[in-house]
Formats: sequence, C-alpha cells, structure tokens
Amino acid sequence: MSAVEAYVDQTVQVILYDGRVIVGKLRGFDVRTNLILSDCMEREFSQDQGVEMVPLGLYMIKGDNVALIGEVDDEKDAGLDWSEVRAEPIGEITI
Amino acid sequence: MLLAQQLMFSFFKTLTDQVITVELKNDLSITGTLKSVDQFLNIRLDGISVEDPERHPHMLAVKNCFIRGSVVRYVRMQARNVDTTLLEDATRREAKEGKK
Repeated sequence: MSAVEAYVDQTVQVILYDGRVIVGKLRGFDVRTNLILSDCMEREFSQDQGVEMVPLGLYMIKGDNVALIGEVDDEKDAGLDWSEVRAEPIGEITI
Repeated sequence: MLLAQQLMFSFFKTLTDQVITVELKNDLSITGTLKSVDQFLNIRLDGISVEDPERHPHMLAVKNCFIRGSVVRYVRMQARNVDTTLLEDATRREAKEGKK
C-alpha cells in the first residue's frame, strides 16, 4: 500500500468499480484503499458530447469501490481540451 | 496471508522493473513498467500507455497508476522473463502441501 503514499497531495484520477472517473487532490488513504479526495470533479464521458465536469467537493471513497488510482500530469491535463474528447464511459468491473 | 497468495506475491516481485500489460475486469488494458506489488497483488505501474487510446482516452493525462489487485483480470508478460520450470515446481510443491 505504500505505493499510494507517493500520490498524497497530488492530483489523482480515480476509476471506480462502476466506471465513474473522479479527479481530485488525494488527502489521505489507508490499507483498504479508502481515499479522501478534496476539490473533486467527476468527469462524465459520453459519445454524444465532450467530457462534462461535475464538481463534487470533498469526497471519502470506500476502498471497495476503487479500481485504479492514477497520478495526473497537471501540465498535460491542462493542455488537453476535454470538452472535445468523446468516448464511451469506462465499463463497470464485472465478475 | 495464505500460502498461495504468498507465492504469487513473490512471483510478481520477480517481475519488478519489467514492462507488463495488465488487463482490468472493465476491459481496460494498461501497459507500463512494474514498480511495485504488495500482499494484495495491488500493482503500481510507471510510464503507462493504454492499449486502445481511441476507446479509452480517459487516461491521457495519467503518467503512472496504482491498480487494485481485486480488479486485475490478466497480467501479460514476456515469456523470457519467467522461469516457468521453477514456477511449475513451486506451484506443484505448494499444491501438494495444501492437500496434506
């Protein structure tokens, strides 16, 4: 679990079991991958329109729902025009 | 930790610093350098790329990631990086011990 330690206070992108994508600052975590994220935004992907950003605020995510935690390259992220990105939402975790 | 888990944990540790592809149970396939693995088989990958960026642009700004062991479907690796005979022996030995 110490692998997550490096992400504390960084911008992370969390992919949940149901396929939702949440981006925020990682403030805390524990051995069960429970997470505390501040200034969260959900990124809603769809084929019909660009990515929709939904502000969520401070979130505590229970570890059971976490599939992946990615470290966001802030510069690269700022350079991307997400409003132009169209894609199917990520599928949910099956089996 | 169960013995069988211990064996897979040790096996994955031998793949550290090698390039592997992890297929998740949501059909997302991520290739990267294995940086660490823990007792839950959580995987940390560096310098990642997604197999089908057209279908999965979601990870475009992500440079490295932590994958929860529970969502891994497959791990693909180079055959030459694995001592299959040794692994075979170890798993069989363990299976035998488990029966006793």
